[in-house]
Amino acid sequence: MTTAPHTHRAHRAHRTRRALLRALPVSPATILLLLFLAGPIGYCAYIAFTDLQLTGQAESSFVGFDNFREAFGDERFLNAVWLTFVFTVLSSLIGQNTLGLALATLMQRASKPIRTLTGAIVVTAWVLPEVVAGFLLYAFFRREGTLNAVLDFLHLPSQNWMFTLPILAVSFANVWRGTAFSMLVYSAALNEIPKEITEAAEVDGASGWRRMWHITLPMIRRSIGTNLMLNTLQTLSVFGLIWVMTRGGPGNRSQTLPLFMYEQAFQKSMIGYGTAVALLLLLVGSLFSLIYMRLLRTEV
Amino acid sequence: MRVTTKPNRLSRRTKHRLAADAGLLVVAAAFVLPLAWVVLSSFDPKADLKVRLPDSLTLDNYDKVLTPEITFTPLLNSLLLCGGGTLLTVVCAALAAYPLSRYKSRLNRPFMLTILFATSLPITAIMVPVYALFVQVDLIDTMQGTIFFFAASQLPFAIWLMKNFMDGVPKELEEAAWTDGASPFQSLLRIVLPLMGPGVAVVTVFSFVMMWGNFFVPFMLLLTPEQMPASVSINDFFGNKGTVVYGQLAAFSIIYSTPVILLYVLVSRRLGGGFALGGAVKG
Repeated sequence: MTTAPHTHRAHRAHRTRRALLRALPVSPATILLLLFLAGPIGYCAYIAFTDLQLTGQAESSFVGFDNFREAFGDERFLNAVWLTFVFTVLSSLIGQNTLGLALATLMQRASKPIRTLTGAIVVTAWVLPEVVAGFLLYAFFRREGTLNAVLDFLHLPSQNWMFTLPILAVSFANVWRGTAFSMLVYSAALNEIPKEITEAAEVDGASGWRRMWHITLPMIRRSIGTNLMLNTLQTLSVFGLIWVMTRGGPGNRSQTLPLFMYEQAFQKSMIGYGTAVALLLLLVGSLFSLIYMRLLRTEV
Repeated sequence: MRVTTKPNRLSRRTKHRLAADAGLLVVAAAFVLPLAWVVLSSFDPKADLKVRLPDSLTLDNYDKVLTPEITFTPLLNSLLLCGGGTLLTVVCAALAAYPLSRYKSRLNRPFMLTILFATSLPITAIMVPVYALFVQVDLIDTMQGTIFFFAASQLPFAIWLMKNFMDGVPKELEEAAWTDGASPFQSLLRIVLPLMGPGVAVVTVFSFVMMWGNFFVPFMLLLTPEQMPASVSINDFFGNKGTVVYGQLAAFSIIYSTPVILLYVLVSRRLGGGFALGGAVKG
């Protein structure tokens, strides 16, 4: 009677020790993540509610929701929200996603050398460092750049793209750079569709579009979901590409949220306000991240 | 019946293939123009912003940028930052993935879910607080601080990938080693990691490529020009110095991009394309 709880406790102590020992290898990663990722996120949530500035005052004070109130009354902030939305819809939702799916579908039918060549070119654009991609597209869209040269050659009207349609130029740049990812995801997904299914539909006389709509798309819907989420999250945090091409300008006509955040925090030294913007961006990102996890829920 | 329909079907298939080929070629042509510009301009003594065949070829542009100041120091800095960051990431991820993959625990699922959540957070958003934090703890403008942050930002995805690859190594092989008296650490080092070699290669190359191309992190956390990696120093070609020598900018872009392209080719060859990333995220 008296020994039973004792051995039970000893057993539990043993199990706890074993669990701790087994968890030990996870600790370096956990410490790094806590210190350098969770820490800054927590700090972000704190200074977003202060009036911390870079210069002048040493102390910052708690200002509650002032930064957020200011943001939602600030035309330049709302402009950045709108441009981020346009940038995301144009480049990720429409551009990368649709073009990636189109490329993957065409690749299923194309001859091998052309498939390989196209794949290599599109993937190279993806592997290039962000800033290099920015410069290449800067050269492409400039008034004296390649796009206008091509348009001139075709006798089409040319214009100063970076001035007239800066947000469109940076969106195209993001499509150029990011499509490879969707292409790879969709190629993998399409390869997993059993041949018999599409062939059966073909024999039944279903046209290409109908097959796409009724068979292919429903079968790869999970890939579409995760790809859309990941593209969107990627696009939300694009900074270097736009910075190199336009610096957010002219004026603020290509200033998405990350660039607005940078300008407020550093060029205007309002760290508190800039962080409030960052926190909002983080919240939107978290929301997308949660949806993405729901889509993947069976995986873990 | 059969004999008459067969050539017909074949030709329809050929037609489809030709249409697909044409479609792909159009996209490829549009995608290749910016790439062609950088390659051609780097050999062009009179390079400007247009893509065109140079009248004469020269290596002058390469010659001009291959100096310690313009190329070697920034590339060395990049190597130090990304090499250090990658090493830290891969070691921590391999260690963390092992118990997650091998032992059952009630904490595994919440941990992996948190990791998955962190995988897709927009890291750009936290750069302002990271800067403010680094100023307070005196990590600003230090290589080690930037390396730590690089590693932390890459860790969630690295752990996620590493654990998935590790799950693919059968446990039986280790059990034999355990009966021979090997510790879990020894079996991880001698059995599991060698068996998942391609997986480790993917995590390593992917982390390195992500850090090599990253602009915002060193742009924010490093201040001294001598410490800047190539992703930031490339900016010096622009703005500050008045006229831009596009030929030299192109040559530098090529030198700076070559390592990551080679690494990518190396890994994707071994794994048969797709970088195995398609498989890792397709859900």
